[in-house]
Amino acid sequence: MSETAHIPDVARTPGKATALVEAQGLMRHFDVSPPLLNRVIEGKGRAVVKAVDGIDFAIPRGETFSLVGESGCGKSTVARLIVGLYQPTAGNIRYEGVEIGGRANARNRQRMQPRMQMIFQDPYASLNPRWRVERIVAEPIQARRLLTDRQAVRTRVGELLTQVGLSPADGEKFPHEFSGGQRQRVSIARALAGEPEFLVCDEPTSALDVSVQAQILNLMKTLQRKLGLTYLFISHDLAVVYHVSTMVGVMYLGRLVEWAETKTLFDNPRHPYTRMLLDAIPDLEMSGRQRIPVAGEVPSPINPPPGCPFHPRCPHAQDRCRVEPPKAIAAGGAQVACHAVEEGRI
Amino acid sequence: MADTEGRDVRANQALLEVRNLRVEFPTRRGTLVAVDDISFHIDPGEVLGVVGESGAGKSMTGAAIIGLLEPPGRIGGGEILLEGERIDNLPYERMRRIRGRRIGAIFQDPLTSLNPLYTVARQLIETIQTHLSLPEKAARARAIDLLKEVGIPSAEERIDHYPHQFSGGMRQQVVIALALSAEPRLVIADEPTTALDVSIQAQIISLLKRLCKEHGTAVMLVTHDMGVIAETADRVAVMYAGRIAEVGPVEEVVRRGKHPYTHGLMGSIPHIGGEITELTQIEGAMPRLNAIPSGCAFHPRCERVFARCSVDRPELLSVDGAEVACHLYDDAGREAAD
Repeated sequence: MSETAHIPDVARTPGKATALVEAQGLMRHFDVSPPLLNRVIEGKGRAVVKAVDGIDFAIPRGETFSLVGESGCGKSTVARLIVGLYQPTAGNIRYEGVEIGGRANARNRQRMQPRMQMIFQDPYASLNPRWRVERIVAEPIQARRLLTDRQAVRTRVGELLTQVGLSPADGEKFPHEFSGGQRQRVSIARALAGEPEFLVCDEPTSALDVSVQAQILNLMKTLQRKLGLTYLFISHDLAVVYHVSTMVGVMYLGRLVEWAETKTLFDNPRHPYTRMLLDAIPDLEMSGRQRIPVAGEVPSPINPPPGCPFHPRCPHAQDRCRVEPPKAIAAGGAQVACHAVEEGRI
Repeated sequence: MADTEGRDVRANQALLEVRNLRVEFPTRRGTLVAVDDISFHIDPGEVLGVVGESGAGKSMTGAAIIGLLEPPGRIGGGEILLEGERIDNLPYERMRRIRGRRIGAIFQDPLTSLNPLYTVARQLIETIQTHLSLPEKAARARAIDLLKEVGIPSAEERIDHYPHQFSGGMRQQVVIALALSAEPRLVIADEPTTALDVSIQAQIISLLKRLCKEHGTAVMLVTHDMGVIAETADRVAVMYAGRIAEVGPVEEVVRRGKHPYTHGLMGSIPHIGGEITELTQIEGAMPRLNAIPSGCAFHPRCERVFARCSVDRPELLSVDGAEVACHLYDDAGREAAD
């Protein structure tokens, strides 16, 4: 257990299965400097976007860990790091305890890669418009050589389509013949075709209407129960996150500011940013609760504020917050990175 | 309108009256009807929310009102009255003068509604001078006041910046300033917060609410976000496949939706708090324009469907303060359902 010493407490609660996926000090910086000539002539320096700036989490097998945050907070970058579409600048990713982050672990990555799949946000852009659905869904089966017999592949594709609520006959169609929700079902069928145990879902319902969103969320939950899948779920919608996840991490400017089990986080949000996000949700009950609009917007990640990145918008900011970046501490079942919480001010 | 009590008052007062509006797209394979015979009204200073899923025809209704239907789309019938004056058949030039002056518009993506090559000052001043005869200096002063009013800090300097120098939320504030620059009586806001983050959404919604209250501007708020409607609107119209399924005061529709579609729509929205259960789901999807079902367009997806639904098209009926287009609330329909 010494290796996992700084994994959040929530992951080690007794009775929980051990972590399937872990990230430790995960970082990804992007160099967005102007070209060398401009730097020399205009005297500009290098510019680096710290899209993900040191985050830790662990996802137990069979559970759903969600990352929420506003656009530009780095949540999609985390998704891409986990599935290996980006290489981390620093930090580790472990899958079943095996390190798979970074070029040095490329061989491990290759071994573990077939066990994870990704579902993308835009079902219009993520399906090849010139391929029939059958070919799209069959591709992972053929790539992994799970089945070789053509008839067996066909049967399997039919099964997969049925599993996601389409009919086997839909395999003959092209993506443009489907609505947005049906296309997202095709994406899910394609992801399941490779028989993964871990799915990274990057805003899978953001492009869909609410009634269709409900269908997809219900489908994802059913599949999780049936197949024992583990999800990393990325979303900006707190209500959706509340519905699907067992654990939630709130991201702000590349860092996790608070993470806890879903109930704990929503019942008792501690970080001022989490509170702000929860306050900003429109009130469907119409209890007459006045929404408190928070001043300001997310600052540019190229030049993030020093100290706690949230301090320019935070009502509890003090001098210490402007200088010293807060470290995550355990507070009432949650992990919170906030000086005000640490000092007991809120 | 079946609401007899409101009729006399409305005849004098309704700011916008839409009667039997039909929007159609002629194509080689026949005419597609995007908006099918809908009627509603907006009172001065009132916020009417129009909700529905994509393809329900809500944006088309908005576009028809401001006369910005993209060809080959056209108004195929009905009339639109602004302060008692018919505006759907006006020549282009007359309509152009009404647009901006008497009806303002706010669209979803603030970056595409602003010209990236002009400074905010130039765009605001041009709009102000088009509609109000003000000299350059006075127009600029008014532009700065407008920016201050929508909450842009240090407006005197920011006004000379280009749209790309503003963040997403601030761009939408600038668009609101533009829409309000000639003090229109009606603003058509088509998904004004959809492209924005939740924290910014709250800012824009409260801004829109405040300005409308202060200026007495009426708003037609088109959105698919029930939360935004619940917070902002006075009345709501729920659209489905080009028809109004239900229209009424916001509490009636959101809390006690009568149409099975309203019901399903509300149930499918995830809530925070309480036991986590399966979300209510409406099976199937919104029909395409070339395959709108007969009778009630919602009947193939409806849980309470009965024989009459696939034959007869329901009209709006007045039920407990709201108007619902559903045979369940018709006497004959009720008997059949029982």
